[in-house]
Amino acid sequence: MNLLLRYILFFTFFPAIAGTYHVGKKFGTQTIQQTINQASDGDTILVEPGIYHEKNLLVNKSIVLKGIDFPVLDGESKYEIISIKASYVTIDGFKVIHSGSGTLEDPAGIKIYDSHNVTIINNKLHDTFFGIYTQYGKNCIIKNNTLQSYAVAEQQIGNGIHCWKCDSMQIIGNTISGHRDGIYFEFVTNSVIWRNISTKNIRYGLHFMFSNDDAYITNVFKNNGAGVAVMFTHGVKMFNNLFEENWGDAAYGLLLKEISDSYIEGNRFIRNTSGIFMEGVNRVQMQNNLFKNNGWAMKVQASCMDITVIGNNFISNTFDVGTNGSLVLNTFNSNYWDKYEGYDLNKDKIGDIPFRPVSLFSMILEKMPPAMMLFRSFMVTILDKTEKIIPSITPENLKDDSPLMKALPL
Amino acid sequence: MKKIIKFVIIDILRNKIVLVYTLFLLITSLSVFNLEDNSAKGLLSLLNLILFIVPLVSIIFSTIYIYNSSEFIELLVSQPLQRKNIWLSLFFGLSGSMVMAFFIGAGIPILIYEPSPTGLMMLAIGCIITVIFVAIAFLTTVNTRDKAKGIGTAILLWLYFALLFDGLVLFILFQFSDYPLEKVVVIISALNPIDLGRILILLRLDVSALMGYTGAVFKDFFGTNMGLIVAFTTLLLWCVIPLGLSVIKFKKKDL
Repeated sequence: MNLLLRYILFFTFFPAIAGTYHVGKKFGTQTIQQTINQASDGDTILVEPGIYHEKNLLVNKSIVLKGIDFPVLDGESKYEIISIKASYVTIDGFKVIHSGSGTLEDPAGIKIYDSHNVTIINNKLHDTFFGIYTQYGKNCIIKNNTLQSYAVAEQQIGNGIHCWKCDSMQIIGNTISGHRDGIYFEFVTNSVIWRNISTKNIRYGLHFMFSNDDAYITNVFKNNGAGVAVMFTHGVKMFNNLFEENWGDAAYGLLLKEISDSYIEGNRFIRNTSGIFMEGVNRVQMQNNLFKNNGWAMKVQASCMDITVIGNNFISNTFDVGTNGSLVLNTFNSNYWDKYEGYDLNKDKIGDIPFRPVSLFSMILEKMPPAMMLFRSFMVTILDKTEKIIPSITPENLKDDSPLMKALPL
Repeated sequence: MKKIIKFVIIDILRNKIVLVYTLFLLITSLSVFNLEDNSAKGLLSLLNLILFIVPLVSIIFSTIYIYNSSEFIELLVSQPLQRKNIWLSLFFGLSGSMVMAFFIGAGIPILIYEPSPTGLMMLAIGCIITVIFVAIAFLTTVNTRDKAKGIGTAILLWLYFALLFDGLVLFILFQFSDYPLEKVVVIISALNPIDLGRILILLRLDVSALMGYTGAVFKDFFGTNMGLIVAFTTLLLWCVIPLGLSVIKFKKKDL
């Protein structure tokens, strides 16, 4: 208390210099909220270790709120734990547990309201409804946080990192699991999602809508209920991500719906039911991706146009490409297909006869899923071979004219 | 009964065809495992072999063998032996030596290269399919006296199970594609031991592709322990029913 008094005196005499406040047992019984109320813009509040029941902590000044050794903020399953309603706020090093729940107010562990330049860094969120929620945020950084929740049903849980109508966000190095969607973007522009790990969320690892000109780079999306969904967006850059083990009838490593002018490069799709599912996708470049051990590497619906698939590796997939119509307006070139059976007489490492990645059986399956019963039966193998020689049902134009003989080093 | 089984097995071994069959299986399965870079893929290639060659050899060889030993059977019948016992010992001798051939030819490479539950499943299914097709051969031979007709029927039956059935299923699926057939397909698959065997193995191998709705129905059914028991009981029924019918027929048959 003495120290605090000294601080207060200090600030009365030098109001222009930012001060530091301490909160904790040894500094008296003051709550974090009271300290914030006393502080002014630019101050730093250091919170000692301990458990704090602050109900709803309202941060309405531009301060740095820093936890020492992860002090616990307990929302007692009733309250939104931290509400940030000021710009230039930093929240660093807290353990935020047990937020309230409810679909009307969407309470979160940490929520940013209409603010810019907010930094949420090094926090641990545990059992929160929404994890870190941003609405109308700008230039905010959400970095190195760990979010863990225990979702049972989609309606009873919110998203891990949720951004709505934001701009220039940086979501970096977070680990998210057990939420509805790991990362949720709606109307978020010019933002970057980098080095996050999103696993075991019950719906999507990343859910992305109406969010133009964003990049997501080097993330891991693994074992999510339905994989990753990117919808109604243009100018998306997806580089070096890993999409792994997304199982289920409606699960896709990457679901693209109404996407245009985007780049998908250097990603790895491993052990998914469908690696990529595309619907209404226009002008997308796909390069240097690896598709391995998927049920379907790519499902390209006939509604897609001007997709360029160049220089990718297709290895050990049950089906390489599936489609639902005979119209093909996309380009497949210079990919490596492990199912390619052609030859290379002039030794230029490019196969001399084109490869048709769509098999008859995958077309039949698209129309009639129960035909799965005949999968790998001799009959189907014969039909497939005949179809490869004289295509009748499979789209004639869907072919790779220069298939590679050796896999690319990806 | 033991004596007859022993005699049949020795007779078959002297015949050398089964030895060639064993060798053929051994060479192909070893080369398949050595050629493919991962052994799961090898298992997949082997699957086609097992579901295609094994039924063919089992049914044709057994049919011809029984026709050729008709005089031996007549001799046995003249002895104070039960007809049922004669027929069953013939069956056990034949199916025993065929299973042995399969076990040495394909089983040992599987156990060496892929001793996983999937490999064991494949081994079990190969053995059961061998027995099933020997049983079907017994049913065909007991029904016709004419050797040419009998062998012809055996070949047709093999063709039906290995090829025609799948074509028919495809045709039916196309005709009734407006109806929800997912569950019906499970029942249809029980009507052909080859399909049933294939599905059981694929459920363990190609999980990713089988994850569609039909796959889910399959998995819900065959993937559980209960489903496995039902599937294997069905396969056993495929041995027992043709064999039982042939025993009944043989008992009353005028030799």
